[in-house]
Amino acid sequence: MLKFTEDHEWLNIADGIATVGITNHAVEQLGDLVFVDLPETGATLAKNDAAATVESVKAASDVYCPLDGEVVEVNEAIRNDPSIVNADPQGAGWFFKLKLARVADAEGLMDEAAYLALVG
Amino acid sequence: MDDTLTLKKTPLTALNIELGGKMVGFAGYEMPVQFPEGVMKEHLHTRAKAGLFDVSHMGQVILRPKSGKVEEAALALERLVPVDILGLKPGRQRYALFTDAQGGILDDLMVANRGDHLFVVVNAACKEQDVAHMRANLSDLCDVIELTDRALVALQGPAAESALVALAPEVAAMAFMDVRSVSILGVDCIVSRSGYSGEDGYEVSVPEAEAVEFVRSLLANPDVHPIGLGARDSLRLEAGLCLYGNDIDTGTTPVAAALEWAVQKVRRTGGARAGGFPGAEVILHEFEKGASRRRVGIAPQGRAPIRGGDLYLDQTSTAPVGRITSGGFGPTVNAPVAMGYVAASLSETGTRLFVDLRGKRVPVTVSTLPFITPGYKR
Repeated sequence: MLKFTEDHEWLNIADGIATVGITNHAVEQLGDLVFVDLPETGATLAKNDAAATVESVKAASDVYCPLDGEVVEVNEAIRNDPSIVNADPQGAGWFFKLKLARVADAEGLMDEAAYLALVG
Repeated sequence: MDDTLTLKKTPLTALNIELGGKMVGFAGYEMPVQFPEGVMKEHLHTRAKAGLFDVSHMGQVILRPKSGKVEEAALALERLVPVDILGLKPGRQRYALFTDAQGGILDDLMVANRGDHLFVVVNAACKEQDVAHMRANLSDLCDVIELTDRALVALQGPAAESALVALAPEVAAMAFMDVRSVSILGVDCIVSRSGYSGEDGYEVSVPEAEAVEFVRSLLANPDVHPIGLGARDSLRLEAGLCLYGNDIDTGTTPVAAALEWAVQKVRRTGGARAGGFPGAEVILHEFEKGASRRRVGIAPQGRAPIRGGDLYLDQTSTAPVGRITSGGFGPTVNAPVAMGYVAASLSETGTRLFVDLRGKRVPVTVSTLPFITPGYKR
């Protein structure tokens, strides 16, 4: 199940685990990423907590936690090479995996069609 | 109201938009912050081949001596800058600073001796006040003429020479800081071998009517890419060059800003034309005794760019001992780079300091400038 937030995060949810990243649109706006700060594995985060930080050549931006949950894995590859996020934001450039506190909460997020309509 | 309605355009604005430039307001002008290639690749391309920058927003001013003698214009301008202008030979250019009565810096500028007049290039954000300042102080000896009908184009990088030579063979013989009148595509241009990227290159003043054709001719060369303000900033930062308004301003003096090299001996205590510029007492005193703080390079540990903030002695102290004035990611260095001011006692290379970044205090090291090896053709 693919879901999106108004803050330009995407979530791919399977078996109660959401893989989270930032959208193609977000990456286009940010430009070349040079630094990614990821959450600690094991951290418990609430919806809208600042979960990660990205720095592009232009500015810093926070990546928010889209739902309540526990971080079970982070993508070390993008920490070492942030350009992976620019190259493939909705694939290899994922940020972290979140074990959702309540999978049903995802129903309140946008589907892809709604998100694409939002960013026009 | 749409900000772009009030922004001024350069002779190249329409071309910048056509080339896909992402336009922003800068110093009152609609300027490209980046092109589709993006800041990182634009920066690296400039260091590898050649980057073309529209810098037409900068002020181009002629100081024409009423007597016809360029020496008279030089001596007049020396009233406003702590720089040896009289000793600047025809066909040569040098960096200068307008100072104020407190020894602060009003603007930085380039001054060229054009044989029978001086040609001055000043920052866009300061040009109105600079022109007024020159008119108020130099009009007894010079006509101060702002050139508003010319574009200014910077071509920077190791392939800049071959790209411009294809249009004007004689520019190959120019050395760093040479200035010449050159006919390019049948148009009278003013070419200097200079720039603000740390690379070899040229700045070309071209009449506005011919500017687009000139730039298109350069861009027809695959080595030449259009470059926006984003990469211009990271290039000059890696090169250790000051951005007026960030790294130097009326609160910084030439000595504190580590710009002693811009004040030739002839204008210092004991020199033939010592003093005689605004703030001379403060500035010459600092040449003897040093300034209380000094501009240095700052290398942040890790990969996170640090764009500003106060500097501290250790993890817990609350009294700042310095401040970062410019910072970002250096694509060529492949690491964050910054510059700022620290207490003079802490200005030695290798000094470890700390800065706050998103609630964490991270270590930085005082480092030498520039961060890259410049490619100037001396």
